[in-house]
Amino acid sequence: MDKFTVLSAVAAPLPEENIDTDKIIPARFLKTTKRTGLGVHAFDSMRYRADGSENPDFVLNQEPYRKAEILITYDNLGCGSSREHAPWALLDFGIRCVIAPSFADIFHNNCFKNGILPIVLPHDVCTQLMEDARMGGNARLTIDLPRQVVVRPDGTEVPFAVDPLRKKLLLEGLDDIGQTLQHEKEITSFEERRAKAQPWIPRIVLD
Amino acid sequence: MAPRTLFDKIWDSHVVETLPDKTAILYIDRHLVHEVTSPQAFEGLRLSGRRLRHPDATIAVVDHNVPTSDRTQPIEEAESRNQIETLERNVKEFGVPYFPLLSARQGIVHVVGPEQGISLPGMTIVCGDSHTSTHGAMGALAFGIGTSEVEHVMATQTILQKPAKNMKVVVEGQVGPGVTAKDIMLAIIGHIGTAGGTGHVIEFAGSAIRELDMAGRMTICNMSIEAGARAGLVAPDETTFEYVRGRPFAPKGEAFDAAVAYWKTLAADEGAHYDRVVELRAEDITPVLTWGTSPETVIPVTGTVPDPAAEADPGKRAQMQRMLDYMGLEAGQKIAGTPVDVVFIGSCTNSRIEDLRAAAAVAAGRKVAEGVRAMIVPGSGIVKAQAEEEGLDKVFLEAGFEWREAGCSMCLGMNPDRLTPGQRCASTSNRNFEGRQGPGGRTHLLSPAMAAAAAVTGCLTDVRELI
Repeated sequence: MDKFTVLSAVAAPLPEENIDTDKIIPARFLKTTKRTGLGVHAFDSMRYRADGSENPDFVLNQEPYRKAEILITYDNLGCGSSREHAPWALLDFGIRCVIAPSFADIFHNNCFKNGILPIVLPHDVCTQLMEDARMGGNARLTIDLPRQVVVRPDGTEVPFAVDPLRKKLLLEGLDDIGQTLQHEKEITSFEERRAKAQPWIPRIVLD
Repeated sequence: MAPRTLFDKIWDSHVVETLPDKTAILYIDRHLVHEVTSPQAFEGLRLSGRRLRHPDATIAVVDHNVPTSDRTQPIEEAESRNQIETLERNVKEFGVPYFPLLSARQGIVHVVGPEQGISLPGMTIVCGDSHTSTHGAMGALAFGIGTSEVEHVMATQTILQKPAKNMKVVVEGQVGPGVTAKDIMLAIIGHIGTAGGTGHVIEFAGSAIRELDMAGRMTICNMSIEAGARAGLVAPDETTFEYVRGRPFAPKGEAFDAAVAYWKTLAADEGAHYDRVVELRAEDITPVLTWGTSPETVIPVTGTVPDPAAEADPGKRAQMQRMLDYMGLEAGQKIAGTPVDVVFIGSCTNSRIEDLRAAAAVAAGRKVAEGVRAMIVPGSGIVKAQAEEEGLDKVFLEAGFEWREAGCSMCLGMNPDRLTPGQRCASTSNRNFEGRQGPGGRTHLLSPAMAAAAAVTGCLTDVRELI
């Protein structure tokens, strides 16, 4: 998992509530064998017209938002199914930070698991940040995770809260696996103790 | 130390470390891998440059997607073929032991594990599949996990978990003729409901459970998940040890004796605390089946379809009506005598040699009713070979059953074996959800003997009339 420290990037405004995981990635794309490659299908029903062509009205089809790494929405982002394909699709598109007044629980967790920082800010602050984002390519937002502030294009700062353990994992680029592997010494000594106590446990080796 | 349950003992012996929020880093002895829930996990390892910590504690098979017909032909469905080929590339790259499609040892992952002696008492066993609970019959703590967790186990040989609560389901007494492990388990689920075990690991105990052979115990533990439990367990005993003895990957000689000595210490201590205890009398259990689209909709085969009008709760009433409409049944109708289109004998619940023997005993000398498609899908290549050695294939073929290759088959409609809309199926599988066996398909869950009875009579039938 990539570290998340300070992100200075284009932000895309998507002023909608209840953007569910089916909108983020429709069910028919779940038959994949990959975690990557879903970005092209992210927001499929909003992003493409029935004939498969791009919908020019959708923000992520417009410059400079094709390169957006921050997404700002309204309430209850990521509601619906628990599919981890939703954060996988966002990440594959290039999104590293999502900002909303509220998130669905599982999606919120799944974001952290995949190196995406979800930031909760009040509705009116989200509206202000969307205004900033609409200023176009020069109006980058800066997400400073160590200082826990969003820096607006005019230099003013908006503080945000984040769980200390989650923050640590993001800053160090550790997923759950990375975190567990910090206990690798304990795992190894557990294995050594067991090998002594229960030497009969067979290894699976094929001829 | 306070008296401990079987679950407590297995749990305690696998805790590597407890984190400040009580989450345990739990060591995993066996990781079973199949083609559907593993590709993203392998890819995750690749992208992060991590290795698979213990290929020698891992085993891979293909089961969900595979056709159960002629195996010499290429797999037709492109997405299924791709998932299988992806698994084959992954096991090669990461050095995972693998039973390929054409291996005699290929089969449903939850049949293969115990059969090969890979799943052993006292172990922790995981797989990206909810019916991993099956292996609890060995006296192992076994549960299903998601794809991120599959990757976590691959990389660390551990999983992050908080302890479950202890529940005990006791079935005392002796079951009557025609009553099998499947009937016992369906009766339990009918009694406690599909959320009855939520947050708990269920230990199954009592003389009716002790009397079961390993296949029966696997049927019981398999469907723990349908009762909402995290896992199911049966304490290992002489039946277990005899089952394990001589299996290909089981310990041998002195190592086996040492293992048995350890396994004997696993049974719950006198006075161990269970958060919940449920008791059933074996004599009260008759051959049963499900009428609706939830595994808890269990009625005796002699019973009638319940009437939603009798349900006080309006939400439940509407749900019952919806089930009746979907299943094409009328409130108050006798369930026996309902014609079936398809009979499916197979799945990780009921595809072992003992299940096939029970079905063959009913099928012998009879014919599959006209217009009924009846399929026998052995749980593994080994089960298939054993059945053929015993001549069961001939019994089935003479009666007009299809004799197929091992796989998940019609349990989940992910391979070519599917119901068509409106078809009614007597099925030995584990889930009767809408569309589970194919869009619009109607599933009645029952035992292998009851399924065979339905095949030869053409309708849902009390097997006791045929034995």
